[in-house]
Amino acid sequence: MIQMKKVKVVYRSSDTVALDGVSMSIDEGEFVFLVGPSGSGKTTIMKLLTGEIRADAGQIVVNDFDMRHIKVRKLPKMRRTLGVVFQDFRLIDNMSVYDNVAFAMRVTGARNKKIKQRVPEVLALVGLEGREKRMPKELSGGEQQRVAIARALVNNPRMIVADEPTGNLDPVRSLELMLLLEKINEDTGTTILVVTHEKELVNALNKRVIYISEGHVLSDRKGGYFDETEQ
Amino acid sequence: MRLNSSAYLIREGFRSIGTHRFMSFASVAIIMACLIIMGSFSLVTENINAAIHALENQNEVVAYIDETLSEDEARALQPQIEAIDNIATVEFVNRAAAMQNFMSNFSSYVQEGIDETVFRNRFVITLEDITFMAQTKVQIEAISGIGAGNVLAHLDYAKAFVTIRNVVSVISLVMIALLTFISIFIMTNTIKLATFSRREEIAIMRMVGATNSFIRLPFVVEGLVLGILGGALGFAATAGLYQLISRRVVASFGEALFNVVPLSQIALPMFAAYMALSVVVGVFGAVNAIRDYLKV
Ligand SMILES: Nc1ncnc2c1ncn2[C@@H]1O[C@H](COP(=O)(O)OP(=O)(O)O)[C@@H](O)[C@H]1O
Ligand SMILES: [Mg+2]
Repeated sequence: MIQMKKVKVVYRSSDTVALDGVSMSIDEGEFVFLVGPSGSGKTTIMKLLTGEIRADAGQIVVNDFDMRHIKVRKLPKMRRTLGVVFQDFRLIDNMSVYDNVAFAMRVTGARNKKIKQRVPEVLALVGLEGREKRMPKELSGGEQQRVAIARALVNNPRMIVADEPTGNLDPVRSLELMLLLEKINEDTGTTILVVTHEKELVNALNKRVIYISEGHVLSDRKGGYFDETEQ
Repeated sequence: MRLNSSAYLIREGFRSIGTHRFMSFASVAIIMACLIIMGSFSLVTENINAAIHALENQNEVVAYIDETLSEDEARALQPQIEAIDNIATVEFVNRAAAMQNFMSNFSSYVQEGIDETVFRNRFVITLEDITFMAQTKVQIEAISGIGAGNVLAHLDYAKAFVTIRNVVSVISLVMIALLTFISIFIMTNTIKLATFSRREEIAIMRMVGATNSFIRLPFVVEGLVLGILGGALGFAATAGLYQLISRRVVASFGEALFNVVPLSQIALPMFAAYMALSVVVGVFGAVNAIRDYLKV
């Protein structure tokens, strides 16, 4: 769940106003696309949601945590309610598929018994059964991204946020991945927010689409990709 | 923290040492070297202090008694002197004994015609701490039957000893601080190498909600292992060196002239100091190295 009200973010180093009064509300269990041209502020929103940066003005609440005023030592607790997926997968190269996923549980102090039970479960959910012992380099891009999704899912987050998850995949793998995220949303009720700028994918899934440009929300509606030329 | 996570963290710490063998070796060697230098300075300081202390005990204060007092009256002053703070020992020396002492110290040609009435009854006094020699002298002079100007005290010697002791202590402290700083600096850079090569892992750990202390722990383990290894080797080397050198010193000067503090007397506190310093260096180095990764 996300609530943003008049959020402003300024990057002092480049003197850029990345977000200028962004408001949006995403409920528990929703599937939402966040779209917009390059440099419009999509990644900035993602970084606000994960607590990597802080807003300069406005209100922002993620899974009931006040992200503007959250204490640094509370961030781990907050991050356990959130699964994050990146364009470049960010797997650990010298760990097997199984260990990459188990790692996310281990570092939050989960018991071995629970890890042994849960990891195969999520690997099956993303369609990677039988690939446990493979190393990331021995997998296709689509498979690697599914490992990343399994890792994001393994701690049972309330929400998954993905920043251009199909940016490195071919169109067929990209659609497969979106359909996997849709299935996770429908089967587990996990809220999903996906940043993308791939029109065809957005049109194919027919979900709620938030369009931002130059740090402003220009459109928020259900259906296909918003085109600025529509106005 | 649960057992399986602690086991995991300790394993990670050791794994990391293996992957950075050269830097790990270098940091152990540097810590060892710093500790040997620090230890040598402390040991020299310790020995200088012991030597000064021995000399201090020989630096006696002599209080001459008023000639109008009989020997018995003079002896009766002893409790008053003993009552003064900072007095270690008081010994009464009568005229006859003083003359005996004089005779045995000088050759016979000056001895002719000297009568024991030339000498005065006196107390030979040693002090607990010569730093306060001047004050104590005044207090002794205040006793009636002694009086101002009748106490012989080598204030200039006392001052020189105190100065030497202070200079040596300051140099030793500065060296220890400097070398501790260097050790922590080297340790920080060793562990930084480890954190750098695992920066992606650290970023992922943070992303999935690992606590800062959890992320830090493998690196602290690494720092502690390296630190304690350096400390133990440094201790062994310093102790060996000390044993060797002190034997040489005793052999060439003889025990009477220069009293070397025996290793057995200082080994335990020295070992404790080495270990404490190693732990400080290891932990500070690790915490320093990873600080930048844990800001957000
Ligand atoms: N770390 C940063 N420092 C300075 N400026 C930044 C930083 N990150 C992004 N920006 C600027 O903020 C704006 C929004 O960037 P971003 O959120 O990454 O856009 P998007 O993900 O939509 O392409 C851009 O103008 C970008 O140059
Ligand atoms: Mg971006």
